[in-house]
Amino acid sequence: MAKQDFTTPAFREDRANPAMVPGAMEHSSPFFAKPEHNQALGFPGELVPDWERKAVEKLGDLLKKNRALKVYLDSCVKCGACTDKCHYYIGTGDPKNMPVARQDLLRAVYRRNFTIGGKLFPGLVGAKDMTREVLDDWYKYFHQCSQCRRCSVFCPYGIDTAEISMAAREIMDHIGVGQKYCNEIIGKVHTIGNNLGLPEAALKDTMEGLEEDVEEDTGVAVKYPVDVQGADVLLVTPSADFFAEPHVDGLIGYGKVFHQAGINWTVSSYASEAANFALFIGSYEQMHKVAVRIRKAAQELGVKRVIFGECGHAWRVAYSFLNTLAGPWDFLDPRYPVPQHICEVTHDLIQRGALNLDPSANDDKVVTFHDSCNVARASRMGDAPGGQFHIPRAVIKAAVNKYVDMAPDTICEKTYCCGGGGGLLTDDLMELRVKGALPRMEALQEVVDKHGVTHMAAICAICKTQFAKVVPYYGFDMDMITSVHQLVGDALLLGTKE
Amino acid sequence: MSLLTVVYALLFYAATVILVAGVAYRIRLYATTPAPLKIPTMPAPLTNTGVVVRMARELFLFESLFKSNKWIWLFGALFHFGLALVLARHLRYFIEPVWTWVVLIQPFGIYAGFAMVAGLAGLWLRRIVVNRIRYISRASDHLMLALLVGIGFSGLMMKYVARTDIISVKAFFLGLMRFDWQPLPADPPLLVHLGLVALLMIVFPFSKLLHAPGVFFSPSRNQADTAREKRHLAAWAAPLDAQRDA
Ligand code: SF4
Ligand code: SF4
Repeated sequence: MAKQDFTTPAFREDRANPAMVPGAMEHSSPFFAKPEHNQALGFPGELVPDWERKAVEKLGDLLKKNRALKVYLDSCVKCGACTDKCHYYIGTGDPKNMPVARQDLLRAVYRRNFTIGGKLFPGLVGAKDMTREVLDDWYKYFHQCSQCRRCSVFCPYGIDTAEISMAAREIMDHIGVGQKYCNEIIGKVHTIGNNLGLPEAALKDTMEGLEEDVEEDTGVAVKYPVDVQGADVLLVTPSADFFAEPHVDGLIGYGKVFHQAGINWTVSSYASEAANFALFIGSYEQMHKVAVRIRKAAQELGVKRVIFGECGHAWRVAYSFLNTLAGPWDFLDPRYPVPQHICEVTHDLIQRGALNLDPSANDDKVVTFHDSCNVARASRMGDAPGGQFHIPRAVIKAAVNKYVDMAPDTICEKTYCCGGGGGLLTDDLMELRVKGALPRMEALQEVVDKHGVTHMAAICAICKTQFAKVVPYYGFDMDMITSVHQLVGDALLLGTKE
Repeated sequence: MSLLTVVYALLFYAATVILVAGVAYRIRLYATTPAPLKIPTMPAPLTNTGVVVRMARELFLFESLFKSNKWIWLFGALFHFGLALVLARHLRYFIEPVWTWVVLIQPFGIYAGFAMVAGLAGLWLRRIVVNRIRYISRASDHLMLALLVGIGFSGLMMKYVARTDIISVKAFFLGLMRFDWQPLPADPPLLVHLGLVALLMIVFPFSKLLHAPGVFFSPSRNQADTAREKRHLAAWAAPLDAQRDA
C-alpha cells in the first residue's frame, strides 16, 4: 500500500519557482498487475528472464514503428522550458516529475543502446544500461505522468512526454511488469464490454431505473434505451455515467436532450464503454481491440451516427484515432462527422433552436469550466480549431446565467490536468492524485474567492471522479463538481417542444 | 604545402562528409519511420498550408518557447538568429563574386556575433543558476555550450584583437571547394576557430543538435488536424483491419 500519511500541499505564494525536493515521490508506485491481468492482454504474467535485453529489444521495435518516439528522444536540447509545466512537479517538487527529467529516464537507455554518443561516452551524455534500478524508476515515474500533454504545448519541438510514458509502459508490459489498475480494466472491457464489469442485465436495470427517476422528477417519460435495433444514434459513454456521481446526472442530461430533439438513440451492452485505457498503456493493438467493439456494435445495431458522451481520453481516442483504429465509417450517415461529441450535438441543437433552455433554473450556481487535457490538447469539437474550448462553454452558457473562467494560464490549451488522468485514477496513487491537483485547485480557489464560484463543470469521467475525491482535501465540497449535461438537463424545459 | 594546411584540409573534408551524410541519414530515418496515429498538439491547423504556417511560427518566432519562458526565448532567439546572420555573413568566404545581399549584411553580421555569444552566455548562466535546468543538464550540455562559445569567441578575437589574413582564408576555402588547395595562415585564433567548427560539424549528427532536422518531423507540430475526415493508417498497422473484419 502506498503511504497515505501525506499532507495536502499548501497553495503556493510564489508560483514562478516551484520548490525542488529530490526523491519526494520515490515511494509512489501503483500496484503491480497480477499474472492473470497481464496474460489476459497477451503480455507475460511476470518479469521475464533476460528482461534487460528484451526491454531494449522492445524499445528498438517501437523506435521503428513510431516516429514521434524517435524524434522526441533525439531532439530534446535540455532547454528547460518544460521543467515547471507539469502539475506533478508543481505539486510534489520531485525533480523526476519535470517532463524532461521523466523523458530522460527512457532517453538514458535509448542513448546507451541506440546512439554512438551513448555507446562511447555514456557518462558524458547521461546514458544508462537497463538495470533493476532503471526499471524501478520507470515504473514509479512513468506512473506519475497523466499523459496530459501540457509539456508538449510549451516545448519548442512539441516533445510530448505522454508519448514517452506510453512507450515506457508498453515496454514494461512486454517484459511482464504491468500496472494493475489499467490492465485489469482493459481485461474487463474485452470480456464484459466496460471498465466497471457491468453486465448487460445490470446495465438494463440501471437504465430502467433512470427512466423511472426522470419521470418521477419531471413527469415526462424520457427513454434511456439499451440495445435498440435500428436506432439512429449509438451513444457510447463512459461506464461511470451509468451510476457514479456526478456522472449519472450527465447521462440523464443527454437523454433529455435526445428526447426533446426527437433523436432516436440507444446504448449498446456490447460496447458499453467510451473509455479506452489501452491508450494509457501505449498499446496500439489493445487500443484497436477495444475500439473495434464500437464498430461491431454500430454495425449490428444498424445505427446511422455514433455519439460520444462526456469523457476526456475517450474523446481523444474517438476523435483522433477511431477512424484509424475502427474506420472507415462509410456505413454511417455521411452527413455527420464520425464520431460526434455530445457537446457538439447539443451545441448544434441549441444553435438551431431545437432546445428550450431556461438558464434561470441554474441561478443558484456560479459555474466555471475545467478543460480536460485530452479534449483540450488532443482533440477538437466543431469545424474550427479551438472548438473544444468554445463549444462546451457555449453549451454551459446556454444553460446557466452565471459563468466565469479560471485564470487564462490554467484553461484551454494550457489547462492543468485534474491529477487523475492517464491511468492513475486508483486509490494506490492517492497521494500523487491529491498533490497533482494543486495547480487546478489554486485556480479554482481564486475564482471561488473572487467570483463566488459554486460549481466546476467537467466533461470527463476521470476528471469528475478525481475531483469528487480530491477537492475535499483542499477544503471544497465534492458536490461542487458537475457534469456539463447535468446543467443542460436541469435547464431543459421538458414537454415544451416535443 | 604545409602540414597544417593538409591537416585542416582533410579535417574539413571529413567533417563535411560526416555532417552531410549523418544528417541525411537521420532525415531519411525520420521520414521513413511511420507515425501510426494522429497526435498534433491541439488546437492544430486543419490544412497543410496551416501546418506550414504553424511550423514557420515555430522556426522564426519560437512561438511555443515564447509561451513557455521569456528568458529562454530571449536568449535562445539571440543565439539562433545571431548565428543565422553570422553564418550568412560567412558566405563571403565560400563564394566569388560575393552576392550583393551578403555584402549588405556584413555590418549587421558583426552585431550578430555579439548577440550570439550573449545569447549563449545567458543560456549557460541559466543552466548553472536555475536549479531545475541544472538538474537536467549533463556534461555534454555544458560541453556543447563551451564549443559554441569557443567558436563565437575565437571568431570575435580575429575581428577585434588578432586580425587574420582573411584573403588567404578565403583562398583556402575556395581552394578546398575546387580541389586546388591553398595555404592556410597559421594564426592561433583562426586555427582554434576552424578546429572547433570542424568538431561541431562532426558531432552534429550524433548530438542534441539533431533538434534542427527534428523540429520538422515532430508529429505534434507537423500534422494537420484531419482525423475525422481522412483515415490515417500506418502500413504496419493495416493488417490488423483484416483480422478485425474476418
Ligand atoms: S504529459 Fe502531463 S503529466 Fe506527463 S510529464 Fe507532461 S505535463 Fe507532466
Ligand atoms: S521543453 Fe522540450 S527541448 Fe526543452 S527541455 Fe523540455 S522537452 Fe527538452
